[in-house]
Amino acid sequence: MYRLDKRAADAMIWLLLLSAPFWLPLIGGYTELGSRVLIYALAAMALNFLLGFTGVLSFGHAAYFGLGAYGAAMTIKYLAPSTPLAILDGVVVGTVAAALIGPMIVRLRGVYFAMCTIAFGQVFFFIAFQWSSVTGGDDGLTAWHRMPIDLGFTSIDILNDNKSFYYLALAMFAVAAGVMGWLLRSPFGRTLLAIRENERRARFLGIPVDRHIWMSWVISCCFASLAGTLYALLNDFVDPRALRWDQSGTFVIMTVLGGMRSFWGPLIGAAIFLVLQDQLSSHTQNWESFIGLFFVLVVLFFPRGVLGLIKRKTTQ
Amino acid sequence: MTQLLIFNVVNGLIIGAFYALMALGLSLILNLSGVINFAHGGFLAIGGYIAYTLVPYFGFWGALVLAPILTAFIGILIERVLIRRLYGRDPLYSLLLTFGLAFMIEDGTRFIWGAQSLPFQIPEWLAAPLSNELFFLTGYRVFMMVLVAAVVLALFLILSRSRLGLRIRAGTLDLETVSVLGVNVRVLRNLNFGLGIYLAGLAGVLAVGMLGLQPNIGDSLIMPSFIAIIVGGLGSLPGTLLGGILIGVASGITTVFFPSASEAVIYVMMAAVLIVRPRGLLGEEGRF
Repeated sequence: MYRLDKRAADAMIWLLLLSAPFWLPLIGGYTELGSRVLIYALAAMALNFLLGFTGVLSFGHAAYFGLGAYGAAMTIKYLAPSTPLAILDGVVVGTVAAALIGPMIVRLRGVYFAMCTIAFGQVFFFIAFQWSSVTGGDDGLTAWHRMPIDLGFTSIDILNDNKSFYYLALAMFAVAAGVMGWLLRSPFGRTLLAIRENERRARFLGIPVDRHIWMSWVISCCFASLAGTLYALLNDFVDPRALRWDQSGTFVIMTVLGGMRSFWGPLIGAAIFLVLQDQLSSHTQNWESFIGLFFVLVVLFFPRGVLGLIKRKTTQ
Repeated sequence: MTQLLIFNVVNGLIIGAFYALMALGLSLILNLSGVINFAHGGFLAIGGYIAYTLVPYFGFWGALVLAPILTAFIGILIERVLIRRLYGRDPLYSLLLTFGLAFMIEDGTRFIWGAQSLPFQIPEWLAAPLSNELFFLTGYRVFMMVLVAAVVLALFLILSRSRLGLRIRAGTLDLETVSVLGVNVRVLRNLNFGLGIYLAGLAGVLAVGMLGLQPNIGDSLIMPSFIAIIVGGLGSLPGTLLGGILIGVASGITTVFFPSASEAVIYVMMAAVLIVRPRGLLGEEGRF
């Protein structure tokens, strides 16, 4: 019975995502907002792979998100005007950086790990901020735009057609979600859960804990940088704020808000957060205060998130 | 060349003193309560702005004394109302909470005092250079270094000699036992938080005398303070002090040779420490 419910829920989510461009305008949204939700949801789900399913708190995922974004933007601006190449480059840059930084931090735990991820995250912020001849500095990287995807027999015009871009983002999202779901069901994923539940016991069982955390970290950062490439392509623009620490905090709050022990939680969190931000920033200048207040309220009154709450209700 | 080097080493010492002040406060709170206080930079800004408001009534010296104390009171209040609820829970939550606070404080100071940067007057005799040869060495800079040294000395005396300091140190090692021995741990953590925020407020007053007032003045100081803690070693206050001064001086010296790398060198030092000695220079083994 429970299994059936879960499948029904999965099917429902995919149906909603597939039909979003058609129902979003009816409830006052717009397709670009849908794309933004997908992109942030992907980043938050990537973070949740590490946070919710490995039990390791990273507060520096914006760095890899931003590296993906800059990688994609610079590929189109300086190398070749090709969207697929831009996505590939961005993901490679973000993943390699994560793989190199990983060994320095996987030995650390808890707050110490979180603090080091924050600090390492800022490295890339400073590079993007100060190396203005290449990155555009504070003004960001402009004067480039995403390219239609040429498939040989036909070309997909993601540049001018918002819906096409949404479906490109959804395709990437689906691949990433599929891979993460598959990994979590595999023995590897079960091992990560074991580490989350009891690291010491996992170590006694002969599991190389540090190496598993490193792998989980790299996978997580890889999908975060994929989200970053899409973010740059969506905006046709990228600036250092894409990789600043407040961006990392946004990913974490989305994950917590949706429910960090559940696979789809971050998607729900991202949707709520972005709709709220969209509304607030059009109504008040002091929306940063409200976002801050929102953080505080979620932590105090909603620490299990939306899905955590639903799960608790149904098991009672 | 030597003058340039001296200039930048002195500069680095001053910046390092700021990092150390911030990092010591962060470290106190982190050690006893397990909370990374993201809003620390915000408290620094509050300290600066309160001083700015007090100067017309109490003068520079009055503001220097009063502003950090008032900032500490705000900190104590916030700990009572918000942060206290999160002790013993996943550090994730206190991180998110102080993160939200940082947003609110920055936006709040902008709302109250305005977004434009404000001037902060220091006494004239302090602003003047001490000698013609070392023109960069104003009285204010020397005064800052002396004051920071005195405050740090006082802090370490409090921690090693007073009953409160003894309890804070004991609580850092084993809070449960301290509680069983009849110490009110809630009050202890509250006071300790206030002490940490006092240091942030003091750093704020001193910083605005040099840099002027801006709502985001804490932003540029908070990351190096984290790194000071990591380099010095988690759980060790002398380590934090050492870490702060080290990265300050290192970035000062780098400014002489590669000006554009003055920020980067801090992160390089952090990476080097994490590779060679993950617990930090003076950190205890196996604590984290």
